[in-house]
Amino acid sequence: MSVFIIRRLIQSALVLVVMSLLVFVGIYAIGNPVEIFIAGDADQAERERVIAALGLDRPMWEQYWLFVRNAALGDLGKSFIFNQPALWLIVERMPATLELAFSAMLIAVLLGIPLGMYAGYRPDSFAGRSIMAGSILGFSLPTFWVGLMLIMIFAVWLGWLPSTGRGELGSLFGIRTSLATWDGLAHVLMPAVNLALFKLSLVIRLARAGMRENLPMDYVKFARAKGLPTRRVIFVHVFKNILIPIVTVLGLETGSVIAFAVVTETIFAWPGMGKLIIDSINNLDRPVIVAYLLITVSMFVIINLVVDILYSILDPRVRLADVKG
Amino acid sequence: MPESEPTLLVDDLRTWFFTKAGIVKAVDGVSFSVDAGKVLGLVGESGSGKTVTGFSILGLVDPPGRIAGGRIVFKGRELIGLDEDEMRKLRGSRIAMIFQDPMMTLNPVLRIETQMIEAVKAHARVSDDDARRRAIDALGQVGIPSPEERLKAYPHQFSGGMRQRVAIAIAYLNKPDLIVADEPTTALDVTIQGQILFEAQKLCRLTGTALIWITHDLSVVASLADQVCVMYAGKIVEQGGVDDVLDRPAHPYTHGLIGSVPSRNARGRPLSQIPGMTPSPLNLPSGCSFRERCPRADRDCLEPPAMAEIGPGRLVRCVHPLAGPTS
Amino acid sequence: MATVATRPDEILPSAGARIESPLRRFISDFCESRLAVAGLVGFMSIALVAVVAPLLSPQNPYDLNQLDILDGRLPPGSEAAAGFTYWLGSDDQGRDMLSGIFYGLRISLGVGVASAAIALMLGAAMGLISAYFGGKVDTLIMRVVDIQLSFPAILVALILLAVLGQGTGKIIIALVAVQWAYYARTVRGTALVERRKEYIEAARCLALSNTRILFRHLLPNCMPPLIVVGTVQVAHAIALEATLSFLGIGLPITEPSLGLLIANGFEYLLSGKYWISFFPGVALLITIVSINLVGDQLRDVLNPRLQK
Repeated sequence: MSVFIIRRLIQSALVLVVMSLLVFVGIYAIGNPVEIFIAGDADQAERERVIAALGLDRPMWEQYWLFVRNAALGDLGKSFIFNQPALWLIVERMPATLELAFSAMLIAVLLGIPLGMYAGYRPDSFAGRSIMAGSILGFSLPTFWVGLMLIMIFAVWLGWLPSTGRGELGSLFGIRTSLATWDGLAHVLMPAVNLALFKLSLVIRLARAGMRENLPMDYVKFARAKGLPTRRVIFVHVFKNILIPIVTVLGLETGSVIAFAVVTETIFAWPGMGKLIIDSINNLDRPVIVAYLLITVSMFVIINLVVDILYSILDPRVRLADVKG
Repeated sequence: MPESEPTLLVDDLRTWFFTKAGIVKAVDGVSFSVDAGKVLGLVGESGSGKTVTGFSILGLVDPPGRIAGGRIVFKGRELIGLDEDEMRKLRGSRIAMIFQDPMMTLNPVLRIETQMIEAVKAHARVSDDDARRRAIDALGQVGIPSPEERLKAYPHQFSGGMRQRVAIAIAYLNKPDLIVADEPTTALDVTIQGQILFEAQKLCRLTGTALIWITHDLSVVASLADQVCVMYAGKIVEQGGVDDVLDRPAHPYTHGLIGSVPSRNARGRPLSQIPGMTPSPLNLPSGCSFRERCPRADRDCLEPPAMAEIGPGRLVRCVHPLAGPTS
Repeated sequence: MATVATRPDEILPSAGARIESPLRRFISDFCESRLAVAGLVGFMSIALVAVVAPLLSPQNPYDLNQLDILDGRLPPGSEAAAGFTYWLGSDDQGRDMLSGIFYGLRISLGVGVASAAIALMLGAAMGLISAYFGGKVDTLIMRVVDIQLSFPAILVALILLAVLGQGTGKIIIALVAVQWAYYARTVRGTALVERRKEYIEAARCLALSNTRILFRHLLPNCMPPLIVVGTVQVAHAIALEATLSFLGIGLPITEPSLGLLIANGFEYLLSGKYWISFFPGVALLITIVSINLVGDQLRDVLNPRLQK
């Protein structure tokens, strides 16, 4: 098993290096921030001063080398706009985004699996059909529009929930999070539901497909022939089998949730990494863009690794094949 | 000596599938009985309805299929129409089933131990340890070496023959009165097949369990069964004691089946084949279903033949049987 | 290994069953789901509307001469100074929402379909090449596909747009870049299976050129999953473009897609003027739902594992 992990680690490191190179080349070589920070009618001296101050006059490879060296030391440059270390800006906002992503995934899993399993078990019932119709809706509704409608209905018309922002922070298991306070929960509910919608539909469809594929299988018939109660057949035998693809997909989608939080954060004014990156792109704040990309790439690489490990735990055929091979 | 009632009595069983394309009469009027400690061979090509017969007995026929008529009497108790809960209590404890391909019938993500212990605990209030002990015993009985360690394994870590032994062990766990084995050795190679057959027969004699062995392979039946029923297109076309049927087949189909089995005695001679193909269930010929492939068919065969008794315990569904009444 | 047979068509061979052409069976299977048919009808209607938008719209919302700012922010059903009705209300500039939606549909659909088509051609080509030539080529291409697919679509789009800047062409490039990998992977999977079949062997024996084998023989047999993926991807492309335009990094304001219309209405939401964002959203929703309904049914019908 450790051979497996080491191999994956090396692979991940390689991906990181390649990505950093791509990102660097893309941003620094192709974008042209000089125009942003220098007014059109500035004179040459002004130009040179700004260029020197921002370090834009060095040759490309020297810039990259400096960049790599600094990155290893945790220094990814200072934001052009905020004039603060880019890395720190991002890390400061990460907890908020992670909180949101976590809540969304939780909703998707806790609601999605039971609903999907039921829809797969009784596909022709009214409930089963409604769940499927609902999942198509959840899949198709553009997230940002749903967010707007949620605010419209629950904040403006009904006034039940606050429309924007993050709630008060409390302490849960030693972590500072807004999920620990009622105010925090009230604030996170709409954005989390909004973000979860897409994944919820995905989980429902996966669970349902899993049920439909597994129920006619021989091992189910055999389990019934042994006289096992239906509950055990479904919640032990079938459940473990359908869990495998769900875990895999969810794991990979976690990264997507974090990335997609960009939209939700924009609408609900949630103080996370997402809003930062959008503004940075519009303003060509390169250090921040680069820092964001590097951090998110690292996160995905780690997530993929964790998913692979989880998968091998859940499916004994994978785990044992590795040991033998 | 008083007549003891048979373990299983099947009387005019009809299991039909109500599909969009029409009604498929997979089992259409099947009758037989099995006594305790005896083996009944149910022989037929794929599509003859033998597997569906097996499932009907266990009550595992899924929609669009349904038992449309007849009786299935298990130790004096009518099974058709039985409450699902009652049926579940019988399955796995009094009536067990062995399936064809153990790779697909054992759940690949659960350990053998889990799958055996749950079979015990579903029917008796015993502790995990007691259940485990029973499982170890059962594995030992079917000839699996070091059963305690093997319990912890997953199905894919066993060879095909071993897996099937595990399936047999599971079937015997609760000491059932009847076991329905559906082509359990078809997926295995010949040497293993022999071993499994031997184990099955031994257990059967030992425990007094009635055994229904469903297969398409006549040679299996020859070595194992006491009685044999030959099925074709949903009906039994011949039945009787195994030696009698195989030495003196009465139905042309049985004769064709026997003739088409490759055997050492017939080396060098061309393999005979039954001409034509098994008819589609939606398109059965009128009258005798076999008439389009039968060398002895004539106008009399346009009427569906009834089961006729041509000797004690010897029945054939044909108006032109091969042998006359046996002495 | 075959499952134990309890189904009639597995029990007895179907000699003598009714023979139906595959196309007819496909159509009848597809029409089994009324939802899918509804989806198809819906999508056709929308496509039609998009094409004839100028003829249908009461007003050309991009002709500044036709706009009267005093008619701005009127609720649905109000009368316009020019005499027609603002069926769905007007936005802050006095533009008729209905017309705006019709024109917006044109752009959203156009960009979505165009990018999906280009991505399909590119991806399918890469997938075929990868499967057919195997070896190092295959490993390289699939490595790139894997890495790209491990990143969320929106992130890839963000990166590309950050680098390339704004503009319709650039958006299409970004959308293509996001999608091609799905097609490549799907086609490669099917092609790998098909490649081993005899008809390819036969074609090789006939010394047909590789290009010919690839495109005349291999590709047509890889179509079914490609169609399913394609349908779903068109919906994704449309949704992604709308999202990017909403965030302000998508299409420029000269090409007002539905996403932009929704963004325009954002600021008026809190004061209760919902229609500026609501109706374009509904239009977007109907488009995407229709495509997904069709795609869903296609997937069920063309999936060999669920064959009845």
